[in-house]
Amino acid sequence: MSGSNELSRRDFIKVTTGIVGGLIGVALGLPSVSYLIDPALREGGKDAWISIGKFEDMQIDRPYPFSFTRVQVNGWERTSSSFGGYAVRKSDDPKDLLILNSRCTHLACNVNWSDESDAFLCPCHDAKFSKDGKVLDGPPPRPLDVYDEFRLSEDGQIEIFFKAG
Amino acid sequence: MWKKVYEWLDERLGLNDMYTNLLDRPEPKGNWWNTLGSASLFLFVLQGLTGIFLTVYYTPSPDHAYDSVQYIMEGVAFGWLIRGIHHWGATLMVIVVFIHLLRVFITASFKFPRELTWLIGIGLFLATLGMGFTGYLLPWNQKAYWATTVGTQIAGSVPFIGEFILKALRGGPDLSALTLQRFFSAHIWIIPAVLAGLIGVHLFLIIKHGESHFPTKED
Repeated sequence: MSGSNELSRRDFIKVTTGIVGGLIGVALGLPSVSYLIDPALREGGKDAWISIGKFEDMQIDRPYPFSFTRVQVNGWERTSSSFGGYAVRKSDDPKDLLILNSRCTHLACNVNWSDESDAFLCPCHDAKFSKDGKVLDGPPPRPLDVYDEFRLSEDGQIEIFFKAG
Repeated sequence: MWKKVYEWLDERLGLNDMYTNLLDRPEPKGNWWNTLGSASLFLFVLQGLTGIFLTVYYTPSPDHAYDSVQYIMEGVAFGWLIRGIHHWGATLMVIVVFIHLLRVFITASFKFPRELTWLIGIGLFLATLGMGFTGYLLPWNQKAYWATTVGTQIAGSVPFIGEFILKALRGGPDLSALTLQRFFSAHIWIIPAVLAGLIGVHLFLIIKHGESHFPTKED
């Protein structure tokens, strides 16, 4: 056999084992990766208009707290997530509202309005935001997020447009 | 470049020696029945890998076990494939290990100096059956529930200590969340650890003694 160009029996076995093994590896490996990352490729929940309170209940220049929960199916379970924020009314015009998301822009804790310090305070890392949501103190990289799509419903409720994800 | 890296590693790890002793070792003349040990090892690795992947979504709790299995089958990409391989691989492994055991018995390969290899092999066979028994409960469907009720009841029929065995298996007098949890623990930690350890010794002994040749008329 030596000296000839033909594949020896041993080499044939080696190459065949390598190819078959490689095929099995790919056939199982690719689906496995897809299986692992599948939840990361899913869409979140649905967008919706959510009512946060009566416009007439909101006092001018005094942050009005609101909260709501969204239920989503995650795998084999329904998970409800809470969201919250503050509506700051500026005038009699229902368009003249600033609706802040209470999620701190630093590391996602919930900020609370404090009358005493006239600011939103974050309990986690002492962040401080003004009534307009601007950063006064602490580590946050940007002002509080704003729900900028909102409307006044016929029965006097303020509704915000909630985008999922 | 790669040759240098390989040589550096070889000097320290003995890769060439390993290759010669593990994969290129002399074998007596045999046939396909001699490959069942390797087939068992392959199935063990396959069951291990698919099993690890299943734990990513499976929940061993009576509240969620069934739903999480349904989710694996219908919700997750290729979940049906991973669980299918684990499901059928389990049956195949019991069959392959058992035929491997029969072959060793029929060719009298369990004799000196391989008695320990044989005894450890018996342990491996029992552990494989243990994997089948504990894994059967985990989907927490009707078949699983009643099969385990019956299985543990049979174990409970042992004279004198039967009731203790039954309670120890179930984690109490009834089939409950504790049963599911301890079967899960046994299925993914305890028995696999025993299997891996025994496989290590089994393989060491096979490499040490080499494979037995088929008995001849003189034997």
